[in-house]
Amino acid sequence: MLAQREGSQAVAEAVVLCRPEVIAAYPISPQTHIVERLSRMVKGGDAGRCQYLNAESEFGALSVLIGASATGARTYTATTSQGLLFMAEAVYNAAGLGLPIVMTIANRAVGAPINIWNDHSDSMALRDAGWIQLYAETNQEAADLHIQAFRLAEELSCPVMVCMDGYILTHAYEPIDLPDQSEVDSFLPPFSPVQLLDPSDPISIGAMVGPEAFTEVKYLAHRQHLRALTLVPDIADSFQQQFHRESGGLYRTYRMTDADTVVVALGSVIGTIKDTVDELRDEGIAIGCLKVGCYRPFPAMQLRAALEGVTRVIVVEKDLAVGIGGIVSADVRMALNGLPIPVHTVIAGLGGRSISAESLKHMVRDARAERLSEPYFLDLNMRVVDEELARRREERQAGPLAEQLIRAVKAIGTKVV
Amino acid sequence: MTTQRIKFYQTGTYTAGNRLLDDEARTVQSRPDRTNSLNSGHRACQGCGEALGARYAIDAAMRAAQKRLIAINATGCLEVFSSPYPESAWQIPWMHSLFGNAPAVASGVAAALRAKGRDDVKVVAQGGDGATVDIGFGCLSGMFERNDEVLYICYDNEAYMNTGIQRSGATPPFARTNTTQAVGEAPGNRLGTGKNVPRIAMAHGIPYVATASVADLHDLEAKVATAMGIKGARYIHIHVPCPLGWGSDPAHTMKVARMAVESGLFPLFEARAGRVVDRTKIRRKVSVERYLELQARFKHLFAPHRQEEAIAAIQAIADQNIATYGLTDSRLP
Repeated sequence: MLAQREGSQAVAEAVVLCRPEVIAAYPISPQTHIVERLSRMVKGGDAGRCQYLNAESEFGALSVLIGASATGARTYTATTSQGLLFMAEAVYNAAGLGLPIVMTIANRAVGAPINIWNDHSDSMALRDAGWIQLYAETNQEAADLHIQAFRLAEELSCPVMVCMDGYILTHAYEPIDLPDQSEVDSFLPPFSPVQLLDPSDPISIGAMVGPEAFTEVKYLAHRQHLRALTLVPDIADSFQQQFHRESGGLYRTYRMTDADTVVVALGSVIGTIKDTVDELRDEGIAIGCLKVGCYRPFPAMQLRAALEGVTRVIVVEKDLAVGIGGIVSADVRMALNGLPIPVHTVIAGLGGRSISAESLKHMVRDARAERLSEPYFLDLNMRVVDEELARRREERQAGPLAEQLIRAVKAIGTKVV
Repeated sequence: MTTQRIKFYQTGTYTAGNRLLDDEARTVQSRPDRTNSLNSGHRACQGCGEALGARYAIDAAMRAAQKRLIAINATGCLEVFSSPYPESAWQIPWMHSLFGNAPAVASGVAAALRAKGRDDVKVVAQGGDGATVDIGFGCLSGMFERNDEVLYICYDNEAYMNTGIQRSGATPPFARTNTTQAVGEAPGNRLGTGKNVPRIAMAHGIPYVATASVADLHDLEAKVATAMGIKGARYIHIHVPCPLGWGSDPAHTMKVARMAVESGLFPLFEARAGRVVDRTKIRRKVSVERYLELQARFKHLFAPHRQEEAIAAIQAIADQNIATYGLTDSRLP
């Protein structure tokens, strides 16, 4: 049913439509609205026999789900930022054990400095943990991706992260269409685990594996991930057939026909980028955009095929690999290896900084004129950076960086005056 | 004809005289239908107290659960020696996830069973003292305060043995480990450190907390059986000597464990809802020296010079335990 909903509320309701059996979570902004809604639905009897556990930490929350999933329960949690990093050991463990847990990441920056606003530093830090990573562009897609994620996870016996931008999506109200229970039931079969803790058929799970087989175990996990490159579009297709809307898939393109320049990005910023593309097209610039929907496994061959004919690729990413630059752009470069296509890294939106169409247009024009530094930091305040660097050259005991910068940018709250 | 009731310990020895007991009171291990949950062929050291404790505890739990049991294991010696791929010594559904999350994983198993309406299957989580009192303590406390349907068993050998004998929060004062070495002005572990997790478990108000020792396997089995009959979160802390880490003779594991109990250093008690309701009286009180001298980890207390103050401090701990739990009194304090 189409209704005005908050993103978090839509995700919670979509998760309940998937008939989860155990949910465990630990509160952290901006994930809270999702888990509050879920706990209410469970307590109110709207989620069958589903159990909701208030865990003592994110590490505990995911660990609860590891046990529950191995006991044959469909399991779900949500977290973000510091919470995701706090559960990191269990994130790897769930994937290594092949447990099809679904987790929402309400994407948020990672401290220090502590920052509750949106970027992709959190999920990017765990991108190679063995989880499939899907990124939502809109709240409609975020809700839909959860329904697809359970089917994907359980078919592959591999955990799935559904990443949605914190606040920008989680706290935004928009008309969101949710299917009814019978529709979801016909799309998502009951969970049939490949391994089960069951006294009638005792097995050991989580054995110690030495050099004699560790490589093979990891190789098979890799093979399983690569299967998702077929399965993700298949599931997106069958979702579209049943629910009559486009959601998910490995990637989506926008105005790519005849485009010489293509902007690649993940998540909600795609909306702004599409508007920017429209405006630049009006100026006569042949530009398009490509949204990466499935980031792990990385659809390298598919992106190569999609980008082969273009002359320039600009990757706009909300993360920073300190000491080298881009994360997504490194993968895109690998996908285009050997092709004469320059790939620019644009670091944007860190810690919730707005990404405006104006800044993007400026950046695109600079890129086309070969004026972009590498990596390029969108809207970087160089005056403040230079001042601080000068001050630090003068003073050995310069004090904590974050506090100095806050003063230097003359910020009050999150507003720059 | 007059009859005389035969007492278990009538011979004056410590022999576990099963033949003198009623059939129902005999140990689980003496029964032909014991489950051998932790089967032979595993790779524990000679004289391993943890292997012994786990075997008795899990078989007793299996009997109490009518063989409907799932066990979760923290990383550690027990996990490593029982499950090197592709072998497993476990004949029950068993899972190892991480070092610090066994209580949470077990909570998840219990939650899944509840969601599926399966009240016939019981859940046990187990780990060493490092997994329990240190790295897994947050998850343990969470499981306790939610009163989840889990029996957690800690096998306490008083240090990180699997990684090569390093200090844990359960290492006793003055003990030599590889991170509290017998060098410097105050050799061994520092006095006045460490935590008492059975008491902390009691402070959560959970329905059942007990301590046990491989020195009294009959008592250990009985406590597991009692715990399995109670709903909610339960905790049993079992003292298990480690010949490798303690520097004791593998043949002396039972003796070392018994000296810990008989000296008062490891009091055996049961608590319900935060209150001590029973304790095992010391039969023949011994000085702590009788316990310490069996172990190379305390050697520096006796050679090259006798450390009177240190020995007196350990004796004071034992005496305090004896007073606190009434270990030599006829009634509970």
